[in-house]
Amino acid sequence: MDLAATILLNGLTLAALYFIVASGFSLIFGLMRVVNMAHGAMYLIAGYVGYAVFEPLYDRDVWYAWYVGLAAGVAFAAVFGALVQTLLLGWMQGQELRQALVTIGLSIIVADQLLATYGGTPRQFFAPDAIFGSTQVPGVGGYPTFRLVQIGVAVAVGLGLWLLLNRTKLGIMIRAGVDDRQMLGACGVNVPLVGVAVFALGAALAGLGGVIGATAQPLAQGADGRFLLISLVVVIVGGMGSVTGTALGAVLVGVAEQIGQAMFPTYSVILTFLIMVTVLALRPQGILGRA
Amino acid sequence: MRSRAAPWSLLGLAVLLALPWLLPQLLPQGQAQFWTASILGRAIVFGIIAMSLTFLATYGGFVSLAQMMIAGIAGYTLAIFVEGAVPRVVGLLGYGAAIPLALLAATAMGILMGAISLRSRDIYLLMITLALGMGVFRFIETNIAWFNGYEGIRNVVGPSLFGLDFRNALVFYHAALGTAALLYFGILYLVKTPFGLVLQGIRDNPRRVAALGYAVGLHRIAAFGVAGFIAGCGGVLSTIYNIGISPGSIGLGATVNILIMSVIGGLGHPIGAFIGSLIFTVLDTFAATIYDRDRFNTLIGLAFLAIVLVSPDGAIGVGARLRRLLTAQPRPASRVCGEVRSRPPSTRTAKEEPP
Repeated sequence: MDLAATILLNGLTLAALYFIVASGFSLIFGLMRVVNMAHGAMYLIAGYVGYAVFEPLYDRDVWYAWYVGLAAGVAFAAVFGALVQTLLLGWMQGQELRQALVTIGLSIIVADQLLATYGGTPRQFFAPDAIFGSTQVPGVGGYPTFRLVQIGVAVAVGLGLWLLLNRTKLGIMIRAGVDDRQMLGACGVNVPLVGVAVFALGAALAGLGGVIGATAQPLAQGADGRFLLISLVVVIVGGMGSVTGTALGAVLVGVAEQIGQAMFPTYSVILTFLIMVTVLALRPQGILGRA
Repeated sequence: MRSRAAPWSLLGLAVLLALPWLLPQLLPQGQAQFWTASILGRAIVFGIIAMSLTFLATYGGFVSLAQMMIAGIAGYTLAIFVEGAVPRVVGLLGYGAAIPLALLAATAMGILMGAISLRSRDIYLLMITLALGMGVFRFIETNIAWFNGYEGIRNVVGPSLFGLDFRNALVFYHAALGTAALLYFGILYLVKTPFGLVLQGIRDNPRRVAALGYAVGLHRIAAFGVAGFIAGCGGVLSTIYNIGISPGSIGLGATVNILIMSVIGGLGHPIGAFIGSLIFTVLDTFAATIYDRDRFNTLIGLAFLAIVLVSPDGAIGVGARLRRLLTAQPRPASRVCGEVRSRPPSTRTAKEEPP
């Protein structure tokens, strides 16, 4: 019983991280129809830049080191995302494959330059004292506090996205843009600017995932590919461009991964892909995706 | 057009066949051997795998990123079943039986990929095939019993053909070149058969093809099977070339490399795959002289980005553009109009970008 609860909780905390990263991917795809293959690179860049800011502060032992690192990583990713959209992707709107190829080229360059700048040594943030240590969870026992915080952040991101999309003017524009870009432009909305905002937001979410993920587990080269693939699988399973679908996909993939690793470690990947193949066969647009 | 191109391709093939004897006339002995074995041989092997992607993209409109994984399935099947591989997994068959088995496995994997991704198109297909390919990669990397995990399987030395040993660079070069030529002309023939025409119809308008009474799904799956066979040939050759196979050779990097080759060369004609793989291999080999050995990825990434931004139809497109510029031939107006009219913006792909 204890074991089952631990596996489930592990799965949910992992799903929380997956959701944070994949929601940005899903958001960008939903409005822009851009498959952002550099999403993993944005995760990586935020982790490294955040760490570069975090480390000297941590050495000086100030309590806000982690928060500043987090803010720096997220802000850098957001600016990077906005620049990518403005300089590279904006003027080839509608050419989906070409945009995907551009982001692939970009991710190769970014990953290689990060390797050149920061080297191959893994890095890990130390969470601030307030969210460090362990907490007693009924049915599980002592559990790392930070991983519980991870769930909290994911819930906050989900709620925030829902509020943003459903309760704000920007959200109305974004949703209108998903349905009909041209008509939205004809209504006097600066659609390219909305696009830049969405891209910055999506990249910021990848960056948030990058810093959170690099606190929970070491950050190293190759994390970009891993999180790009997780984002792909999560949105393929959950449905493209749907926040709820992304959450559902993240939970399915995260929990399945943990169950698989606990029950049949060397075959655990198969479980994830059985889910994906089943969804594709029955609902090619994803569980909650629109046709 | 094609009938005009055929003598040229035959001439090119003849030059390539004679190249191991021509090169020493131009270069010092050591360098000539290096070019044949390490650059041209490798470029041809990767070109075959890239051509399976180009075939799907050019004639079916399917950009599948699973092709490197399918090549890996062929390589692993060979390594698992062939005698003498280390560690021994099954190791019962000679090369004469293991290679056909490997090709069969790759074809079956191609068919499976086609069936799984049957209901998705365009950019969705790209995502799904990438995810499937990476799923198989992760499985292979973590599975010890069959695939020997991270280390992979070594010592797949290749057969002796009529007393000629595959480890001889010259024999390998000609075997690879022969395979590539057969597959290349096979594709050019296949796309003129009814099957190939239906495939191109599916690329342009699947609903109309379905309305004409063709089984769109079956044709798609068959095309993936053909591509799987081609990738399998490349996988067998690359496994023999590398004297074994490890998960790294089918990972994300390798998958993206195949895509880069196809796109750099141009997704408009099967020959683009070989042009792309040659450019890639040359850049790979001489990155140290051009920029920095360790920063090869930045170099190839920049080249790739430049091609995608400037000439989405790759090196082939650059060539065509130069030819048009030199001959000052006006663009055929009817074709451009037809393209614009028949193309909804959401299905535009890189290769359809108007020149």
